Amino acid sequence: MKPLKSFLLYLSLSALVVVFVAPFLWMILASLKNTPQIFAFPPRIFPNPVIWRNYLRAWKVIPLARFYLNSILVSGTVAFSQVVTSAMAAYVFARLYFPAKNLLFVVYLGVMMIPIQVTVIPLFIIVRQLGLIDSYGALILPFLAYPFGAFLLRQFFLTIPREIEDAAIADGCPRLRILVQIIAPLSRAALVTLGMLAFMFTWNSFFWPLLVTNTAEHFTIQVGLAMLRTQLVSAGGVDWSLLMAATVISVLPVLVFYVFTQKQIIRGITLTGLKM
Amino acid sequence: MKLKQILHSPLRRGDFYTGIVCLAPSFLIIAVFVVFPIFFSLFLSFHEWAILTPEKPFVGFANFQRMFTNPEFWVSLRNTFVYTAGVVPFGAAASLGLALLLDRAVVGSGFFRTAFFLPVITSIIAIAVVWLWVYDDNNGLINVTLRALGLRPVRWLTSTRMALLSIIIMTVWKNAGYHMVIFLAGLQGIPESLHEAAIIDGASPVQRFRHITWPLLVPTTVFVLITNTIFTFQVFGPIYVMTGGGPVRSTSVIVYYLYQRAFEFQEMGYASAVAWIIFLILIAMTVFQLRVSRRREQIW
Repeated sequence: MKPLKSFLLYLSLSALVVVFVAPFLWMILASLKNTPQIFAFPPRIFPNPVIWRNYLRAWKVIPLARFYLNSILVSGTVAFSQVVTSAMAAYVFARLYFPAKNLLFVVYLGVMMIPIQVTVIPLFIIVRQLGLIDSYGALILPFLAYPFGAFLLRQFFLTIPREIEDAAIADGCPRLRILVQIIAPLSRAALVTLGMLAFMFTWNSFFWPLLVTNTAEHFTIQVGLAMLRTQLVSAGGVDWSLLMAATVISVLPVLVFYVFTQKQIIRGITLTGLKM
Repeated sequence: MKLKQILHSPLRRGDFYTGIVCLAPSFLIIAVFVVFPIFFSLFLSFHEWAILTPEKPFVGFANFQRMFTNPEFWVSLRNTFVYTAGVVPFGAAASLGLALLLDRAVVGSGFFRTAFFLPVITSIIAIAVVWLWVYDDNNGLINVTLRALGLRPVRWLTSTRMALLSIIIMTVWKNAGYHMVIFLAGLQGIPESLHEAAIIDGASPVQRFRHITWPLLVPTTVFVLITNTIFTFQVFGPIYVMTGGGPVRSTSVIVYYLYQRAFEFQEMGYASAVAWIIFLILIAMTVFQLRVSRRREQIW
């Protein structure tokens, strides 16, 4: 590439980096200011003095640790369960003799097209009837299985040569044991990808957790953050430094996690095109 | 294969029982929490029900009639279409632009990709909270920058003219890196030899994009447009956090309208009718886009 061209290329890329990173910096700067600095006019860009105490305040005033724990617990359980239920269903669709299994598979996939907004009212009524409002059950139970996982894993299982199983079948090894001891280890990459995507999807979900949780005891991190914002508004005048410190605390571990797992995450996305 | 035959052969009988055991957990969950609710919501859409009372009188098409004569419903539907029409094409263009730039960069492409991906990995709720502050009328990042450049500040979220556009801009920013990754994968699938041959024939970069890159990226583009339309149409989180549908319903979208009707006003029957309209629109859009994409693939 010619030097001028390559200079322009990197110049525009750097300008874009500023566009994508600046809001995050703006958040961090606000989290280190006090209220007079936040509302100073003309505005000051950098905090002076730096108010580290905002983080302590956010950690103490808001049960962020609890929200975190709830999010990890719910996302972890859902992800694990989806991997298990999907692997079982996918194995049937990929390998077993089962009446009308291709028809079943198509119907099952069709269900995937139904967005939660359409089923949310009856879903809410069912969960309410079960007495699960404001409990982990409400957050976890409806998502223990999801057709997408079976679809993804079926594609993967189909690429595993049948011969690998043949000897085990000839020896009379039960199918379930073949799934656990032969197929699952061979599909580790796919299982991990599915688990990761299910975890992130649940972690980021907001609509449903907002509806079925009422108290900080069961708020996920997303609902907790949204509620904090609502509370600060109704308290009159937003305490931006507190809100931004809480937001930094809520996103930081995710960003750190991402830096270490980028390769798998990006592979998962290009593999599936799943939306976060 | 007939059930009788299956049960006759011991191997297949084993498969059949294993199959039932393996499918049961998934099918049970899906039946109770997806399939049943779909039908129940159809039932509810023809009834009137404030969740707290046991009576659910049948009202025929009254819910739908009320909906179609309700200006708030139409405003919300219009806003949703405007939002989708803004986010989907501009988002795809932005992502394609980023991907084309990154595809050429050799040094530090990993760094740039990570930077563009930060908003994707951050939850939409956290992003919405951050952008409330970025869009602040007085001391938000954008208005501070505009003033420093000697330009007039804009009332991003507090004016009815700008609020929806502001949320569109934020959404494009948040998702650009996501579709960029998909476009990059598409670009990498284009054989280098095609470009080399075109260069030898004296094709300009614009010609190469027009006649090689773009046609070969059509499947990727179609995929991005379809999945993103369906996803974008269901926007809720940023509206809830940033504007609450305001000012004066200028950012009220259809799912937010459903949320308010069902969970603030307890009109479960009416809200179910809204849910079914959303569902029908989504199905229509999917079918339409699949048809269009098929026709386009035939042309190229």
